Amino acid sequence: MNDAVPTVAAQAMTRVLPGPVPVTLVRDIDLAVMPGEFVAVTGPSGSGKSSLLYLLGLLDVPSSGKVLLQGAETAGLPADALADMRLARVGFVFQFHFLLPEFTALANVEIPMRRLRQRSDDEAAARARELLDGLGLADHAHKYPDQLSGGQRQRVAIARALANDPPLLLADEPTGNLDTRTAHLVFELFGRLAHEQGRSVVVVTHDQELAAMADRRIHIVDGAIVD
Amino acid sequence: MALPLGLHIAVQHLLHRRRQTLTSLLGVALGVAFFIGIASMMQGFQRDFINRVINVAPHVTIKDEFRVPPPQPVEVAHPDAAVELRGIKPKDEVRGIRGARAIIDSLEEMPGVRVAPTLSGQILLRFGSKDVSANVTGIVPEKERRVTKLEEDLIAGSLDDLYTAANGIIIGEGIAQKAGIGVGDLISVVSPEGVVMKMKVVGIFSSGITLMDNFDTYALLKKAQVLQDRPNVINRIRIRLDDVEQAAPLAQRLEARFGYRTESWQEQSKNVLGIFVIQNAIMYSTVGAILIVACFGIFNVISTVVFEKTRDIGILKSMGFREGDIRRIFVYQGLIVGFVGMLIGWALGFGLVEFMGSIKFNMEGFIRSQGFILYKTPRHYAISGAMALTASTLAAWLPARRASRLNPVDIVRGAA
Repeated sequence: MNDAVPTVAAQAMTRVLPGPVPVTLVRDIDLAVMPGEFVAVTGPSGSGKSSLLYLLGLLDVPSSGKVLLQGAETAGLPADALADMRLARVGFVFQFHFLLPEFTALANVEIPMRRLRQRSDDEAAARARELLDGLGLADHAHKYPDQLSGGQRQRVAIARALANDPPLLLADEPTGNLDTRTAHLVFELFGRLAHEQGRSVVVVTHDQELAAMADRRIHIVDGAIVD
Repeated sequence: MALPLGLHIAVQHLLHRRRQTLTSLLGVALGVAFFIGIASMMQGFQRDFINRVINVAPHVTIKDEFRVPPPQPVEVAHPDAAVELRGIKPKDEVRGIRGARAIIDSLEEMPGVRVAPTLSGQILLRFGSKDVSANVTGIVPEKERRVTKLEEDLIAGSLDDLYTAANGIIIGEGIAQKAGIGVGDLISVVSPEGVVMKMKVVGIFSSGITLMDNFDTYALLKKAQVLQDRPNVINRIRIRLDDVEQAAPLAQRLEARFGYRTESWQEQSKNVLGIFVIQNAIMYSTVGAILIVACFGIFNVISTVVFEKTRDIGILKSMGFREGDIRRIFVYQGLIVGFVGMLIGWALGFGLVEFMGSIKFNMEGFIRSQGFILYKTPRHYAISGAMALTASTLAAWLPARRASRLNPVDIVRGAA
């Protein structure tokens, strides 16, 4: 793994919110996440964990420093190019499931694939079903989000994040709304996604016990990595 | 599932706001339907009027008048002086078109031009105790029938009967009804010159144009000249053209050439044609107003959807949807409302026109008719459809643009 290219790497990455009183969200971050690595980011609330995640996922752009996605420079790319990179290479999971309420679980998982247009509709449907099956949701594929429990919805959201088979999976407090047992299951799943499928998984959590399940822990205070 | 993704999401959004969607659909549909109904009615009436005028009246008329009175000699002599003239006595000259014969001959040589000389003037018809004032036009029947459709409009008698009766006169239907005159009746006719003549009604015409039917009568040119005490005078040269569109330019050329006031049919009916312009303006602004209201509806629905779907927009963007993808989702919604509203409006408009066509009533304005005169043309559908689609797309554009510019980080951070 030493000679491999990191899935995502940050170099001297700083993000400052401009304004009358500029706010530094993250400062001088150096970080590399290798394929197959499961990283947990911890820290007090407001420390910049989520901001770090958005920067790594190209949802936000650093004020200075660089983000490299699979070795590719992302600085200065237009918004559309960043969107295209997110579509194919990054999967996001948020604290709230953010499923589209008008679509069934299956249809929600199909959306990123239909946007990427690398699979036919039939192939997309088959893959969506496969992903839901793998997450134990085979019986719930045709239910709408409001007919699912919190844990089920979050798993649908994870299936959706995996739809285009991204090398990088980012999760922002994915277990914030789940009970402890379900939260453990979700973290075990992340571990498997990293170790068995070779993805890089970065999860933000404030739960130390869950963070201990990761390969590596990064602790952030006031926007900087402390250990 | 075959729908493109953006369209699919747009349709889902609309289906989940059925009532609001339906309201804005209805707004667009009504705008389109009213446009088709009103346009068909107004243009039907206008085209009918113009057709009747073109058929009945001469296309160009040369009159024994001048547009600008001839200048006084003193004004010619001192063009820059301030001249005040008092007590001018106009010359008492015989009115009429001078050299009418020569003018007519030269006109008849033009291709596509038919000419009839006439003398028209005022008369008073007296029948029993009823007096009716009218215009009398002295005509030469064989020339007249080439220039106007008077002969076809006769509901009793014929043009040639003017020759067989000693003093024949043809009157309009309106006069006949007002005074209770029938064919064969003898009436007294008095002219402003004081000539009194007993005349026999040999025909009644109905042109459908109220003004003509109520005021016009026709006699032989010779009789009219006697009646007006203006022997051998012609004061109107009436011209009919093969190409109606040539009327205005020809009138201008003739006026420049002969000096006499020469009016095209457009100029003679310009008061009515002016009303048509105003009518059309009213129609377009009414329908425009309906569509604007409908657009506010669309704007409202889509703004609400954008507001409610902020989270969805955030997730779609984080997923890798471009700004254009997001914008398209919401513009599609406006387009769908506009398109479906247009189709419903077409159906309603078609029904409305058919319904109006089935109503029968007697109408007497500029023209007489039984019921609405409707003009049916695909153009009305095309215009209303284009207006609906443009308006609804514009109404959707603003909220769509706002949606596309939402920052996903703000959304996920705000909700997380």
